[in-house]
Order: sequence, then structure tokens, then C-alpha cells
Amino acid sequence: MNFFQILSDIEKVDPEVYERLDSRRQVFKHMSGVGQKLTAAALPLFVGAVFNKAYAQTNAGLAVQDVLNFALKLEYLEMYFYQQRTALTGISATNMTALQTIATDEANHVTFLKSAIGAISGAVVFADPTVAAYDFSGGKGTGTGPFADWRTNPATYLALAQSFEDTGVRAYKGAAPLASVMANKTVLTAALNIHSVEARHASHIRSMRRAGVNSSTPSQGVPVAPYGAQPKSWISGTDNGGAAPTYTAPIYGAGNNTGTAVYGNGTGSGVGTATGVGVTFPAEDNVTQGGVPLSTSTSANFANFPTASFSEAFDEGLDVGTVSAIARTFVVTGNTMFG
Amino acid sequence: MSTNLIPGSQPVADLDRPLYAPIKRRSFFMYAGATAGATALVLAGCSKNDSTPGMVNVGTGDAGVLNYAYALEQLEAGFYTMVRSGAYYTGLGSGSAEKLILDDLYYHEVIHRDFLKAAITAAGATPIQALTPNFSSINFGDRLSVLNTAKAFEDLGVAAYNGAGQYITNPGYLFIAGKIVSVEARHAAIIRDLTAENSFVGSDIFSSNSMEASKTPSTVAATANMYLADGSKIDVSSIM
Repeated sequence: MNFFQILSDIEKVDPEVYERLDSRRQVFKHMSGVGQKLTAAALPLFVGAVFNKAYAQTNAGLAVQDVLNFALKLEYLEMYFYQQRTALTGISATNMTALQTIATDEANHVTFLKSAIGAISGAVVFADPTVAAYDFSGGKGTGTGPFADWRTNPATYLALAQSFEDTGVRAYKGAAPLASVMANKTVLTAALNIHSVEARHASHIRSMRRAGVNSSTPSQGVPVAPYGAQPKSWISGTDNGGAAPTYTAPIYGAGNNTGTAVYGNGTGSGVGTATGVGVTFPAEDNVTQGGVPLSTSTSANFANFPTASFSEAFDEGLDVGTVSAIARTFVVTGNTMFG
Repeated sequence: MSTNLIPGSQPVADLDRPLYAPIKRRSFFMYAGATAGATALVLAGCSKNDSTPGMVNVGTGDAGVLNYAYALEQLEAGFYTMVRSGAYYTGLGSGSAEKLILDDLYYHEVIHRDFLKAAITAAGATPIQALTPNFSSINFGDRLSVLNTAKAFEDLGVAAYNGAGQYITNPGYLFIAGKIVSVEARHAAIIRDLTAENSFVGSDIFSSNSMEASKTPSTVAATANMYLADGSKIDVSSIM
């Protein structure tokens, strides 16, 4: 990947993409031109099945830098979390090495996003909130929240790590179909290239929890239902609410953006807030994809498959409002980066 | 990238070149082996969209990308189906970590495959034919042969979906691809960990800034076609 080419490409805008995406009629027209096999009779059904609200996140005015700044906020949260791994005790050297690897990745993602946003004409890069902005105990600055022993207890630490990684995967996935992101293929591809790395992190953190924090063979753990404490490397149903259901259940639940979400840098200076009303996402236990039910009515091959496998095979997206609410738990009182 | 993803398989020069170029036809027949020849004769010309005789053209536009994904999921599902009848898998203890992982991967990939076929049909497009794999280079009795091939397929799948996202025009399809690719990335991470602890990410799958390297459809197809029989090799040249 040529970094300078990326910076150059980011400034380019495909002038026709908004027109192609902004009305059902034009999508209809466009698709019929693309697919010789799309018959006129089939199209209305196809449009109805695929274009629900979750897909049609065409927020006018939501610029690509707003989306990237939101991603940057999440990467800062992860970066400062992994930076503070050093006081953990009772964790294997193998697992500490993995945390160091992930810490490096998150710092690299911060570096990339800052550069990418900075290359967009007129964009304001979200300022480094510094480590002081976070309280990973969930205590809003008291340090005595529900995860108070996060600095030293690897079980608590990895529970938080899984929660952050799974949230990140859902957040990037939810952002990819945004019109401004799809219109900029360089940004879209970069977002996908971070998204899959976050998914790899999530998988590995889950493996570490499954095998035990002090294991030197994290790949060899056996999952235990309902997967809250010893999860699979993928999300099974809603994982019974995740690592700490009282606090983490929204990470695996449905997303329904009903209010104003803080996409931008939070200062209101050109890249501030945008409204995402009406954007909905199903929970992680969803078993209907694109209008196609994942059941034997779709394929006889599914007959003897475990029920959970159908939800496991697909991850889900999440809206910025829900992601913000999850992240807000871990910033100090008075900091408004997540609203 | 390495042009030879599987240790022990035969080297191929110029994998980035389209396989339908005359110079490559010779080498892909070399791979396909004698047994696949008869299949190729039967299947040649079956796809009305074929732009290259004997190859399966995935088509153009969003339907082309979906059929491209369907082809790759067919390959993965076919692979894990074979794994489950091989001596490595059948020798695993019931309830062992590796057996549970391989079972889940089999379920997930078959679900992806059959879902995509149904989704393509629901979109009013025509799914490509059922592809015939050629896994003759894989020793299904050997743990590392199986796991290294799984690693190659899962990493390839992630790079393929990441690289194809930019060709999708319908946000609904892009969203579906996103839902699948992160599960493939979860697969890739645990399979890589099985081959070597803590190899869930690595410089071999990164481009720069800890971002995963994408692969173009033509690069992916060149690798995928090493595991597809004559008559089932895919032509992705119409996607972009």
C-alpha cells in the first residue's frame, strides 16, 4: 500500500456516487443496467429485501472525516487501554506478548487515522484525549467502578479487551455501508483493512480467555456454554451478554440509533455532530441475512447443524449511538467525546 | 506476496497473470491433474457467460462480486467437508479444541456457501455452477498439511473480501460482505494460532500501519484456481 497514494486518493470524490445512491429509483435504474440477469420482475422484491433502514445509512452531511474521527476515538480508547497492560500479574508470558502485539497494532491504527483525516481538505483531526480521559474501571474517573481491578487482574483485563474488540468490529462494520465511506474507495478499503485486524484481535482475546489467562497454549482451550467466561473465538448467539453481562450486553444486542450521535471531533467546528435517527441493526443472534432465512428452508444441508452456528457465521454491525453509549462507560465525567 | 501459499505444493511462476492467458493454460493443466480432465470436458461451456473456454466466469457488477464470494465459499466449504473425513480429523478426541474448531468452521463455511447461493438467486441473478475442487496437494491425514491449507484459505478469504469491497455498489451487499469477512478473520486468527501460538496477526498479512493487505480478484483467483479442477476454475476478469 502506497501511503502517499492513499493521502492523494482520499481527497478525490466520485461525483456520481451520491446520485447513484440517493434514491430508490436511481438505484433501481443503476442495478438494472449492471446485471443482465436482473429481470424487471425480480427487482422490486430484491430492493425490498435488501434495502432496509440498516443498509440505507445515507446520512446527508455525514462526511467521511466524521466517520474517520469516530473511528479514531475508538482506536485511542483501545490504544490507551493496551498501553496500561504492564501491571498485570498472573498472566502467561505468551499472553503478555499477544497484548504487546495488539497494543502496537492499535497505536498504528491511531497513526494511520490521524494522517488520513489530516489529508482531507478542511478536516479537523480529533485531538489526542490523553490517557487522563479514560477510567477503565468504569467508574467515570473514580477508579472504583465495576472493573476496579482491571490494571492487575488479567481476567478483568481480558474481559474488557474482548468487549472493546467486539465493539470495534461492530462499529467498523456499521460504518462501511455509509454513503460517504462507499464513495471513497480508498477510505472504504482502509476501513475494511482495520476491521479485519480488529476481528483477529477479538478472536485471539477470546481464545486467551477460553484457555485461561495463565495458559501458554491459548489456542487449545475448550469453550464452555453459555460462553460468557470461556467463549468461542466467534460470537455465539449473544454470548449470554458477553464477559460481564450487566455492562456488556449492549455490545451483543441490537442497535437502534434514536438520538444524536457524536461522529466527529465533538467540538462542533465543522465536523461535529450528526443525527443518525432510524438506523437499526439486529442483535448478534440474528439468523436472517439480507432477507434470506438461515434454515432448512434455504438449504437442506443445514438440517443437522447446531442452532448456534447460524448466528456465529455472521457478525453484525452497530450504530454510532449505541457504540458511543458503550464507550461512554469508560471515559471520565465531563469528557464529551462520546456524547 | 508469496506465490506459493502451501508448503510442498508445486511452484507457480507469475501467479498474478490471468490464468486464461495462453502462457498460463499450460501450467494450470499441469496442476489440475489427469483426473480432472474428464470433468473439464463435461463442464466446458456450461456457463453461458464464459469469456474463456473451460473457465467459470463469475460475471459483472454486484452479482459478479457475490458469485466471486460464492466461489471462494464453495472452496472453503468443500475443504472442511474433506477435512472431516480425513485421518487427522477423525483421530481427534471428541471435545478436543481442534475438533470443535474444525466442526464450527465446517458449519460456518457451508452456511456462507448456501446463503450466498440463495442470496444471489433472491437478487434475481444466477449463481455460478457447483465447482469441483482439486485438493490433491493436501494430505488430509497430516495435521500441518490441513492446518496450513486452512490458514491459506482463511487468510485468502479475508484479503479477497477486503479487496472486493470497493467493487460493490449496493450498500446492502457491502454490509453482508462485512458480516462475513469478520467471521473469516476470526477463523484465520484461531487457525493461525493452532499452527503457531500468537500468530493471529503478522507481517505476512499486513500492508502497513497494522492494516490487513487486500488482494485483487485476479490475485485471489490465481491462488483459488490451484485448488479447483479443470472446468471449475474461475474467471474474475469482469468484476472490475
